[in-house]
Amino acid sequence: MSTTEKNIQLPEGRIETKTTRLNLGPIHPATHGVFENILEVDGERIVSTEQTVGYIHRAFEKIAERRPLYQITTLTDRLNYCSAPINNMGWHLTCEKLLGISTPKRVDYLRVIIMELARIGDHIICNSVIGVDTGAFTGFLYVMQYRELIYEIWEEVCGSRLTTNIGRIGGFERDFNDIAFQKLERFLKEFPAVLKEFENLFVRNRIFMERTIGTGPISAERALNYGFTGPNLRAAGVDYDVRVHTPYSSYQDFDFEIPTGTTGDSYDRFLVRNQEMWESISIIRQAYEKVQDIKGEEATVFHADVPEYYLPKKEDVYTKMEALIYHFKIIMGEIDIPPGELYNCVEGGNGELGFYLISDGGRAPYRLHFRRPCFIYYQAYEELIKGSMLSDAIVVLSSLNLIAGEMDA
Amino acid sequence: MALSNDFIKQKLQERFGQQVKNFEEPFGMLTFEAPKELNLEVLQFLYNDKELGFQFLTDLTAVHYPAYAEREIAVVYHLHNLIENCRIRFKVFTAIQQPDINTATGLFSSSNWQEREAFDFYGVNFVGHPNLKRIMNVEEMDYFPLRKEYPLEDQSRIDKDDEMFGRGGSFGFGDTATERKLGTIPSAEKE
Repeated sequence: MSTTEKNIQLPEGRIETKTTRLNLGPIHPATHGVFENILEVDGERIVSTEQTVGYIHRAFEKIAERRPLYQITTLTDRLNYCSAPINNMGWHLTCEKLLGISTPKRVDYLRVIIMELARIGDHIICNSVIGVDTGAFTGFLYVMQYRELIYEIWEEVCGSRLTTNIGRIGGFERDFNDIAFQKLERFLKEFPAVLKEFENLFVRNRIFMERTIGTGPISAERALNYGFTGPNLRAAGVDYDVRVHTPYSSYQDFDFEIPTGTTGDSYDRFLVRNQEMWESISIIRQAYEKVQDIKGEEATVFHADVPEYYLPKKEDVYTKMEALIYHFKIIMGEIDIPPGELYNCVEGGNGELGFYLISDGGRAPYRLHFRRPCFIYYQAYEELIKGSMLSDAIVVLSSLNLIAGEMDA
Repeated sequence: MALSNDFIKQKLQERFGQQVKNFEEPFGMLTFEAPKELNLEVLQFLYNDKELGFQFLTDLTAVHYPAYAEREIAVVYHLHNLIENCRIRFKVFTAIQQPDINTATGLFSSSNWQEREAFDFYGVNFVGHPNLKRIMNVEEMDYFPLRKEYPLEDQSRIDKDDEMFGRGGSFGFGDTATERKLGTIPSAEKE
């Protein structure tokens, strides 16, 4: 007799007390990415869960072992694709550290602008999706207009929107044009009001508060043990931020605060991200002022002078011998990188994004390992949702800011 | 008191003597090595010692060095003392024939999946791991793909018949036998 038949024949007033196995994903609107959760539920309460990842594993670490440095940038795009420029910049900074390149201040500030725009883009996705999963769709559509504006700024700078491949080793492929700066000004003028309105929709909203306060809490101690970084760790009360602890790209020149939470629940994670966006706006404003303060010769600088790694201008390639030689060498991948071993990290959209690079002096890295923050903290999901309701599991899932591309590498 | 690399080195040598070795400081990060049997003891010491306090496991991964006999696989731990903001790198090496290494899951919950990843790609057998199975690749896979014996395809190879992509090509210019064949194409089109 099958289980179904057995259940049908149960005497009246009795129900089967077995737990049910429920597959959440790999393709499910609430996972916001391709990964699977096998939930063991007792009625609506979660008894245990097993997370499965790897559905979009693309062997980036293996591919990177055959590529010259500049071709690896496109692989990093596809990690956390909600804030691809941060990954790109992180990779350039790693290369620059290995090669001993120091970048001009203007490049650093322009990079900060791009990275903070990316952080805002990342956080508005995550925060508005928590809204969608708790039943508030409006906020999502409303802020999406401004993510569009962020994408338009990137489009002016690098030509693409989602997988940006922005910047080069040593700086940018081209200077910011006037339209980019105009759009940035428009963003700085309009976005604060929009963010304020978005905040008003959620922060003291009774339904939102009841859905998120106390769902998926984690103590600071457990969060550290689970390797949490980024907003999720800060929501638990630990003020660790790579931008402050090991400043890169001249972050030490900026004045900003690290928001922290106390309980580490979904509501705190939302609030920390929200506050971080305000800090990002302030950083962008400061960086833009600093860029405008640079006058004279330096105001046209957009890359460091490193001909071995930075592609020369196309006009020069056709007319100057040296430029032609460097162009050929870079394109054919004939430049050996110095041997060395380093770990470099940046504050990504959802945590500490690290690059562990080992070079044996060849043309491609001997080994490249990406420390992907959400791969590491997604392990804690079981502990976060055990014993809670199924609907809370969905909220916790979206509040963790999990990006399938980053998890699977 | 800020932690200095010399101080950490001194503390480790006091505790483990000659067993911790190969101290280096590439790009300012203290890197050292210990015998694989001692990996948990070293991690525990770094974790519990009041002055060291390396309680955050940033990253765990493996590297394959086919050239090192009897110590082909390295497991690399990146540890971070968040209070002093000091990072160190700790390595253990193992032979590829018997890549057994003690699991750190008891100390760091975050090492669970990272060890599964190292197992998946390099075949490191983490002894005592609660759920050591593949994480990225399919479970039926019977090899460890990131090992160096599986090279990626050479991009400059010319033996492939892929004329459409401008690599190599099958026209065989200069080869009289194929050129004669090519000559027949236009006449066939006329018909």
